[in-house]
Amino acid sequence: MSEELFPEPEWLSEEVKTGTTIIAVTFDGGVVLGSDSRVSAGESVVNRVMNKLSPLHDKIYCALSGSAADAQTIAEIVNYQLDVHIGHSEDDPLVCSAATLVKNISYKYKEELSAHLIVAGWDRKKGGQVYATLNGLLSRQPFAIGGSGSFYINGFVDAEYRKNMTKRESQEFVVNALTLAMGRDGSSGGVAYVVTIDKDGAEEKCVLGNELPKFFDE
Amino acid sequence: MFISQNFEMDSFSQNPEFTIHSFFTFLDTTIMAVEFEGGVVIGADSRTTTGAYIANRVTDKLTPIHERIFCCRSGSAADTQAIADAVTYQLGFHSIELDEAPLVQTAASLFREMCYRYREELMAGIIVAGWDPRRGGQVYTVPVGGMMTRQPVSVGGSGSSYIYGYVDSNYRAGMSKEECLKFTAEALTLAMERDGSSGGVVRLAVISEQGVERQVILGNQLPKFSTV
Repeated sequence: MSEELFPEPEWLSEEVKTGTTIIAVTFDGGVVLGSDSRVSAGESVVNRVMNKLSPLHDKIYCALSGSAADAQTIAEIVNYQLDVHIGHSEDDPLVCSAATLVKNISYKYKEELSAHLIVAGWDRKKGGQVYATLNGLLSRQPFAIGGSGSFYINGFVDAEYRKNMTKRESQEFVVNALTLAMGRDGSSGGVAYVVTIDKDGAEEKCVLGNELPKFFDE
Repeated sequence: MFISQNFEMDSFSQNPEFTIHSFFTFLDTTIMAVEFEGGVVIGADSRTTTGAYIANRVTDKLTPIHERIFCCRSGSAADTQAIADAVTYQLGFHSIELDEAPLVQTAASLFREMCYRYREELMAGIIVAGWDPRRGGQVYTVPVGGMMTRQPVSVGGSGSSYIYGYVDSNYRAGMSKEECLKFTAEALTLAMERDGSSGGVVRLAVISEQGVERQVILGNQLPKFSTV
């Protein structure tokens, strides 16, 4: 009887997912990555300030979505593998290498894992690059979106993306896209984390809830 | 919309991540309605599917209910046609009794009555839009389940998920008729590009005091977006 009166909270049994919105965009000279900050277990929000943009190297970041555990583990493993790959060399790794390492894990364990990582960064050879690694494919794209919230902004990014935006415009584009997705997707929310990577390094920024842009229905 | 397909609703209870997506994939379509000063603009794609086969690639999903009241249909083709026929009859009768043009809200209420009462059996997402002399242009949405609410702009159907961000960012109050037409055509095009269940041509209609003007935008005339 007591079990029915006080049912076990569902967040104890529900898988923890970063139902999420993540986005990465190239601009002339680098990339901008963005993510929301909500981690949910069923209907509970277990972390409202999680930074889903994880560094793989100085100028290479990845954006996590899907199962929180799976995504974090992949990021950690690739972080390690990338260090091994560089060895004692002084050169920075290529973004393509990091993305390939992520893809290899995603593909080999695709039945067991459910995480989608977008890898983006800057290297000397090809400048700013964005790679999508959904389900074990590797696809270089001018921009990529992922996570449950990304469905709602497909139309927006298709319409608003232009080639060769400036750094400022790309950052605004990312923040606008995240805000719109967070407004419609129950599994995305909180604050917006934005990382800008160019030849000088990576700059992290957090845009708080009240600083996010407002759209017509607010 | 799809024709008499048996679908499993138990995918709802199995995987929380996918519930939203499987719910929307059955409302195959993209429909939209926008209010402006003096009337409404409504639009829809033109694809009807049975599974992967496109049963009709030039469907007209904008159905007249009364002289200046239309409904946009999404969900099961059979259900929405049946409901629309029933409401057309009821509204026509009501209008004769009143001896004046019916209110858009009345039409929306009739839809809601039916969609809510038979919610277990039906699969219908409907947007009711029109013009009446008392309140001008109005858009009411009656999604699956049978709630009814008035909104200045409303989108529906499986393709609508992809354009929520676009509509939220581009809608402004007080747009003109031409701006609304352009906005609707662009939003529908973006949805049709991403949603496999939406496609074909874009059908538009403007309903105002002057009456109803319909237009069709063919595939090659659709707006183009510069996605690389």
